[in-house]
Amino acid sequence: MLYIFCPHCGLRSQNEFAYGGDATVKRPELNKEISDQDWDNFVYLRKSPRGKHLELWHHISGCRQWIKVERDTSTHEIFKTYKADELTE
Amino acid sequence: MSQDFRLNNIGMVNRNKKISFIFNGKKYFGYEGDTIASALIANGVHLVGRSFKYHRPRGFFGVGVDEPYAILQLERNNERDPNIRATEQEIFEGLEVKSVNCWPSVNFDIGAINNFLKMFFPAGFYYKTFMWPPSFWYKIYEPFIRMAAGFGEASIKHDKERYEHKYEYCDLLITGSGPSGLASAYAAAKNGARVILAEDKPRYGGSLLTSDVNIGNQTGIEWSEKIITELKSMSNVIVKNRSQVFGYYDHNMLVMSERISDHLPKTQKYLPKQRLWYIRAKEVLISSGSIERPLVFGNNDTPGVMLSSAAKEYMKVYGVLVGKKPLIFTNNDSGYETAIEFKKNGVNPLILDTRKEPSSDIITEAKNLGIEIKFSYVVVAAKGYKKVKSADIAKISDNKKDLSNIENIECDCICVSGFWTPSIHLASQSGNKSEFNEKIDAFIPKKSKQKENTIGSANGKFTLEETINEAFDKGYEVSNKITENNNKVSIPTVVEKKSTQHDKFWCVPLPKGKSYKRFLDFQNDVAVTDIELALREGFRSIEHVKRYTTLGMATDQGKTSNLNGLQLVSDIENKVVPQVGHTTFRPPYTPVSIGAIVGREVGKHSKPTRKSPMHEWHEKNKAVFVDAGVWLRPRYYKQGNETLFEASKREAKNVRKNVGVCDVTTLGKIDVKGPDAAEFLNRVYTNAWLKLPVGKARYGVMLREDGIVMDDGTTTRISENHYHMTTTTAQAANVLSHLEYYLQLVWPELNVNVVSTTEQWAGAAIAGPNSRALLMKLFPNTDVSNEGLPFMGYKEADLFGIPSKIYRISFSGELAYEVNVESDYGNFMWEKIIEVGKEFQIQPYGTEALSTLRIEMGHVAGSELDGRTIPHDASLEGLVSKKKDFIGKRSLSRSAFTKPDREKIVGVVPLDKTTSIPEGSYIVKDPKAKLPNPKLGHVSASCWSVEYDNPFSLAIIKDGKNMIGQKLFAMSPLKNKTIPVEIVSSHYVDPEGKRVRG
Ligand SMILES: [Zn+2]
Repeated sequence: MLYIFCPHCGLRSQNEFAYGGDATVKRPELNKEISDQDWDNFVYLRKSPRGKHLELWHHISGCRQWIKVERDTSTHEIFKTYKADELTE
Repeated sequence: MSQDFRLNNIGMVNRNKKISFIFNGKKYFGYEGDTIASALIANGVHLVGRSFKYHRPRGFFGVGVDEPYAILQLERNNERDPNIRATEQEIFEGLEVKSVNCWPSVNFDIGAINNFLKMFFPAGFYYKTFMWPPSFWYKIYEPFIRMAAGFGEASIKHDKERYEHKYEYCDLLITGSGPSGLASAYAAAKNGARVILAEDKPRYGGSLLTSDVNIGNQTGIEWSEKIITELKSMSNVIVKNRSQVFGYYDHNMLVMSERISDHLPKTQKYLPKQRLWYIRAKEVLISSGSIERPLVFGNNDTPGVMLSSAAKEYMKVYGVLVGKKPLIFTNNDSGYETAIEFKKNGVNPLILDTRKEPSSDIITEAKNLGIEIKFSYVVVAAKGYKKVKSADIAKISDNKKDLSNIENIECDCICVSGFWTPSIHLASQSGNKSEFNEKIDAFIPKKSKQKENTIGSANGKFTLEETINEAFDKGYEVSNKITENNNKVSIPTVVEKKSTQHDKFWCVPLPKGKSYKRFLDFQNDVAVTDIELALREGFRSIEHVKRYTTLGMATDQGKTSNLNGLQLVSDIENKVVPQVGHTTFRPPYTPVSIGAIVGREVGKHSKPTRKSPMHEWHEKNKAVFVDAGVWLRPRYYKQGNETLFEASKREAKNVRKNVGVCDVTTLGKIDVKGPDAAEFLNRVYTNAWLKLPVGKARYGVMLREDGIVMDDGTTTRISENHYHMTTTTAQAANVLSHLEYYLQLVWPELNVNVVSTTEQWAGAAIAGPNSRALLMKLFPNTDVSNEGLPFMGYKEADLFGIPSKIYRISFSGELAYEVNVESDYGNFMWEKIIEVGKEFQIQPYGTEALSTLRIEMGHVAGSELDGRTIPHDASLEGLVSKKKDFIGKRSLSRSAFTKPDREKIVGVVPLDKTTSIPEGSYIVKDPKAKLPNPKLGHVSASCWSVEYDNPFSLAIIKDGKNMIGQKLFAMSPLKNKTIPVEIVSSHYVDPEGKRVRG
């Protein structure tokens, strides 16, 4: 079970969180034309990297904040965590 | 039976407490503190089971977790506990155990015929034999294998025992209370660290319990008792026995199973059987010790052949002799300790040492005691079927290839020692890549992967002095890192006997003309010939050899067999062990009961049960409840002998005719507040929200980004910047997460806050033509006329002094209102509605009637919004704005969602107007078409229409809007029914919606 540092609450066990997928995906702006291809990429296509991955976790059983976690997908090492509005390096 | 093999003056069992237990239907006696193994051996019983493949007789091989043979089935209170190790299970009054994997009895086992057919059971037997034809698999092969294989029989009954989970945090977790565990725990605890010390056995001390050493001028046992007593008295230390740390997981989380009452007759009601500890440790010291390796020779699986360290522990801890004519077969000094212990207890052993002329303190001591020793000698084969009766022994040449002087000598046990294998499992689980140490011919941990260090004999340190020094240092070093304290305790002096180099030789060659089975894996019956065959057949990777031969794949995970298997492969391949590598260690280190893993999350406890504030009223009024997610909701209220069908029909009819009340507290409720709330809702819902006036509700549908409907519900504008959103019961939690996602990550610029208020409000839906008349009596000071409170209107009102909210919304299609009050007033509100409603013939209605009402009205719910439908499919396209953008809108123009023959919701009525259509039925054109019958869609929900008194269903079918009026068939292969049906509009009742607006 991972031990995740919530920037709002501190170190908490994984079972307080829900996984939220790739944190680098940016939702296309509202009311803007977008091609089928680009929209499909946004909705369906995700990279599944081995190694460093910036991902979202939702502290559902804690502060209910969405946070960004930089994690190694093969070793589970967590390098850094960020608040939702914090700029990532 | 008397305890013929019990020694009088030695051991740690409680002689004042005699305990009786039953093994295979026969009563035996032992003492408090005995294991089943020690008690049976005391009674001279060595035959306890049959082996996995050949059903060969099985006795005891070890004395702890490494035991490969003595797997028994425990039965108590009519419950079965399969696969317990006799070497671990302590006896208690009334304990009942029996052998497994034998039929009809352990003494006469028909499966043993496999033993005589063993040429038919070579490596890969299962893969080679049970191949063709495929249909034979489930008819013949599988039942055969299942009958022949396996150990205990799992109980199919509900396990009434209690298992618990516990979360614990510490600075330092130490796994094992041998000399290294005790010393490091002591050093760290004295330096202020919060320590957990876990010991899998009932007694602390590990090897100190059985070794003849001195620490700080005390015997090993005295020293360990003193340390444990002091540790137990310290507030920063948790000491646990009968506790096995079996798994090392990510981020230094370890899991430990504590056997709390496995060793007790069940008397205390709330005492759990086992407790699973999830321990998050800042640092871990692995002091799990080492396990003695077997030597390999002919028939080395015969009962009576056992590890020499086990024989010693049976004497010193349990006061039990494993035999009265022991043969000690060793390649190192450890066997001598066992021999000396026999001698001290009046039994004359014979030592066979594979080494030529070793010399050390302990060998000298053995000689001085007059113990007979034969150097350069080996056991060729054990003789005897159910118990060792004698052994063929021989002199072995210096190159260890040739045997000479073969003779048969009488003995009743053979105690083997092939040196020691560090238990590196936990380190390996943490990700530590081990390395092969030539000095000890075994793997030891390498660089720490997580925050773990391995100490003592688990780290290949086999002298006590090294162990104690290393452990004190590590305990201090690790605790200093965490606490930054500098309290160093002094290291006691150690006195022990010096030993000399072990012999690398471990596998006795076969004499000419003999084909004895020489076993490597005692639980899975893997012999030397099996490994040889696998290699001849081309298997090279140790992982493949393991799977092909099943070496090390039994419940003991090869604790005693792995290394010998590796040695053999490297010998045959002319490689060295490190080149062969070893197979991966995975958790659990020892088997864990499923009950412990599940803990208290069983039955209703797997999730909390949520009840509305009116629950007690429902109970009193004969509600039959149904699970709605985690909520309990009344399904119907039973009158007399009514069935579900009759009751729900009565309740639904009464709503259509008079008035009904339904508990809708479980609906998800979310407060949406802030200056940008309207804009936010406008982006979340498919329809327009910017112009909704204060005091008005609106029905809305929200999508996922992929265009699929996520949820629906009404949202009411309470004040300028405050909206009250409702969601379905099932989606409440998901919708909140969804809203938070967009507010926190996608549109943080919106000034909006959301919070769940589901628990804060109790809700009652009042529906039916009499509902307004009832409301007028409930709220005499509030104008609830059609003008005063129109359809989709909202008002705050006073309910006999209680502030309440009235929403004029309807799910049933009737004139209807929802009244909300703060939860604490829920029951008051409900009772008032029932009381005042009497004159209007009010009846409560449950979820079954609720479904009937919404189905015949064609209102969609979870069974239509099932994660596959877009608004169009549910006939909700009128709510999809063409002007504004919203979540998921762009997906709706994808080609699959705009196809002209896209699925759509329709109504389905059986032609005979009597046969109900099973939910899930397929709608097809031709019931006799060739399979697979092309299906047009499926029936999503069925009811008995109370309006028309005939069955009615909703279905989602291809090109639905052009299907109205067609005669088709509903097929249910599950119920084996084919029903001719007519497709009608989904709005079966009041299609113009006059009633809700009336
Ligand atoms: Zn948090």
